[in-house]
Amino acid sequence: MAVKPQTDAVIIGMGWTGSILAKQLTDAGLNVVALERGPDRHTQPDFAYPRVVDAVEGSIHRKFLQPLNNETVTVRHNRSQAAVPMRRIGSFKPGTGVGGAGTHWSGCHFRAMPDDLRLRSHIEERFGLDLIPDDMLVQDYPFSWEEMEPHFDMFEKVCGTSGRAGVLNGQRREGGNPFEGSRSAEYPLGPNPDYLGSEMFTWAAREAGYNPYPIPASNASASYVNPYGCQMGPCNACGFCSDYGCLNYSKASPNVNILPVLRRRQGFELRANAQVLRINLSEDRSRATGVTYVDLETGEEHEQPAGLVLLCAYQLYNVHLMLLSGIGQPYDPVTGTGTVGRNYAYQNLNALKLHFDENTHHNTFIGIGGAGATIDDLNVGQLDMRDAGFIGGGILWARQPGSGPVRGIDPPPGAPSWGRGWKQGVRQGLLHSCEFEAQTGVMSYRDNYLSLDPTYRDAWGRPMLRMTFNWKPNEAAAGQWYVDKLRALIAPLNPLAVDGEAKAMDESWNTTSYQSTHNTGGAVMAATPEGGALNRYCQSWDVPNVFAPGANAFPQNHGYNPTGLVGALAYWTAEAITGQYLNDPGALVR
Amino acid sequence: MTHKPDPTPPLRDIRQTRLGRRGFLGSSAAALAGVAAFRPAHAQTPPATAEYTPEFFNAAQWAFVIAAADTLIPADEYGPSGSEAGVPVFLDRHMQTPYAQGSIWFREGPFDETLGRDFGYQGPLALADIVQTGIDQADAWCRDTRGAGFADLDEEARIAVLTALEKGEPEFARVSASRFFSDFWKELQVGYFADPSWGGNRDQAAWKGIGYPGVRADYSDWVTVREAYPLPPVDLAGNRG
Ligand SMILES: Cc1cc2nc3c(=O)[nH]c(=O)nc-3n(C[C@H](O)[C@H](O)[C@H](O)COP(=O)(O)OP(=O)(O)OC[C@H]3O[C@@H](n4cnc5c(N)ncnc54)[C@H](O)[C@@H]3O)c2cc1C
Ligand code: SF4
Repeated sequence: MAVKPQTDAVIIGMGWTGSILAKQLTDAGLNVVALERGPDRHTQPDFAYPRVVDAVEGSIHRKFLQPLNNETVTVRHNRSQAAVPMRRIGSFKPGTGVGGAGTHWSGCHFRAMPDDLRLRSHIEERFGLDLIPDDMLVQDYPFSWEEMEPHFDMFEKVCGTSGRAGVLNGQRREGGNPFEGSRSAEYPLGPNPDYLGSEMFTWAAREAGYNPYPIPASNASASYVNPYGCQMGPCNACGFCSDYGCLNYSKASPNVNILPVLRRRQGFELRANAQVLRINLSEDRSRATGVTYVDLETGEEHEQPAGLVLLCAYQLYNVHLMLLSGIGQPYDPVTGTGTVGRNYAYQNLNALKLHFDENTHHNTFIGIGGAGATIDDLNVGQLDMRDAGFIGGGILWARQPGSGPVRGIDPPPGAPSWGRGWKQGVRQGLLHSCEFEAQTGVMSYRDNYLSLDPTYRDAWGRPMLRMTFNWKPNEAAAGQWYVDKLRALIAPLNPLAVDGEAKAMDESWNTTSYQSTHNTGGAVMAATPEGGALNRYCQSWDVPNVFAPGANAFPQNHGYNPTGLVGALAYWTAEAITGQYLNDPGALVR
Repeated sequence: MTHKPDPTPPLRDIRQTRLGRRGFLGSSAAALAGVAAFRPAHAQTPPATAEYTPEFFNAAQWAFVIAAADTLIPADEYGPSGSEAGVPVFLDRHMQTPYAQGSIWFREGPFDETLGRDFGYQGPLALADIVQTGIDQADAWCRDTRGAGFADLDEEARIAVLTALEKGEPEFARVSASRFFSDFWKELQVGYFADPSWGGNRDQAAWKGIGYPGVRADYSDWVTVREAYPLPPVDLAGNRG
């Protein structure tokens, strides 16, 4: 096996977290090698119009998503079952290629709520810890919201996030989210324009006494130059955000907002088509010595020695690589010992589709990935959990990321799914309907977890990552409660028909239909080594020159989309490395 | 008085629309010039179903595909039938792509189908095999139970057969009827609505029928306008529908 020259840091994966760490570490003068399993990608030619909006390539051949032929995860509902592979992309869509899922995300860009980050303390103070069921693992993040604020802010500035502040330096601002933590700055750009569904939601939410505000969206509402000098153009509402790269330099992505600077930098080397197989450890397992990877073009294996190993491979693959490499103790759900694989959680999304008459033009082919309207009046800090009957939080919102007939259109309820009347239903769904959703947090449980599969192997003979997950009564109750609130909210809009309902109380996780790529946990941050695999700086407790920022670090999932917090964690981790670790390499929390 | 947004456009919007339209046509002309420079791999207009000789399907399968495409997608005021739109041509071509041959899905064993519906297809076949095997099984089932191949049945009988397949009623040995139906029907929908360069959606008729503007992908002028989108579709080759 060829051994490459030693580098200061090796980064596994070139999505959001990898790009942020590469930028901050090369700023500090380190040499960085980035290994990305997928191909390199640029707006031109990879996302160039018109080819990028060919829905056969984008939505059917899934050109921009991870192909599952080499590696996938295995899935099951509980420990008594033998897991089977997720053979086709279903419930979630991991990314691949330079930019990662950060190229084909939608752009909803939330911070966390202050109470999301101290959920256990919040419950204890307001309701008493007896509210938490025995099998539920609710934890505080091991840092404060105030510590994270500058990093939330920086990530928004890098992304050109479009929104309206609700609380700025302690002052309430009309039209923003009145419940957010106090911000040190306004959003870099004002909100995106409202399509009809968003306007309807805003009106109905105000009627119901709520405080609707524009979803913070990293889809630029105007021209923008970020702090790195990277240029974004205004979003043209093309309707091809989710699952696609942006044709217009409008959606924030590592490719548009960070990589143009990195690529020109000495001390940064990007190797695409480089699949990392494992992290190598010293004999006493106290240090990582580098990684072993395969060059997918030649099939050759290489060793890349490095002083620091940064796991930026997405939540799932960060946990997978830790398990494969023997970093930390694997979680055992029977004894409750070990931390790697523990606290796996997901997101609970329930949608209602509103159908209107043919004078009401929703034109759902128009779309802006992250934009729309939402409310926080029912989210974690505002929620009486004892009264509501569940733990967590959530939001209601209107979103229209863009749809088209190849991507699939829901006809109105009762319309035929084929034959006569079917096309009319498609037309109705495309032009005269809109979608409102309830998105809620998902708590972590003793027996929802990640581990290595005993049977299935990937193309390199490695045991696959096995996911043991099912919905629990708490999440089903939350979904039903929020969907009830949503039904009440939309009633004054008088839609002709409403389709969809909350998951039933006993409904199992369906691994085949898309819900969201908001997987969390598995290698979580905690104040003590017993509480999670990482300390407060996303540093492995066991192997201190390994850091793993990503949604794997969330102790449980909150009501928002994850990436605002993921990006902030990457900046927080980078600051800990450059400000503390480099001066005194070793465990940053003892 | 309520402040409910009015779905019928107020005067202000109509005026904006007219202005918008002029501006819009101007900018689209520029966009079209860009589109014309692009040529997909098979840019020539694909042949009609009747002029096409299948490469993937045999004669019996081809007859099944045409009959099923026209039963699942009958002609009406919202567009032509499946075979008139070239959907069988799409399917024959699409079955030969790496995608249908299994390139993006995990297909290694062991194969364990005991966990049930929540876990999706767990057999060894690629999409193209599921479609082809399913057609053979369904056609044989028609001959056994109805005395004629699917294509020789009348419309009412075809609808009954497809309904039974969708419900998974016939017991097939290699691919379940419902798995075949859902994969096959999904493919036909893709063929009907995909860019015409893929073989179906001839003359963008399927897009016109449902009011889809194709690959225009620029609606900055229309996000806040509350009326029907005024422009016809455009395809990848830059043709207007
Ligand atoms: C369709 C879609 C829509 C989404 N919409 C939103 C949204 O609106 N708002 C929001 O907050 N979040 C959204 N997300 C989630 C968001 O994309 C992720 O939270 C974010 O990209 C995570 O960043 P990351 O750096 O952890 O991982 P990624 O951006 O996924 O990057 C990880 C990279 O690591 C690479 N990699 C993995 N394993 C290896 C290996 N062994 N060797 C080398 N490279 C490897 C991958 O190929 C990938 O490029 C969406 C996701 C999807 C798929
Ligand atoms: S909707 Fe806007 S941000 Fe999204 S891909 Fe299109 S132009 Fe880019």
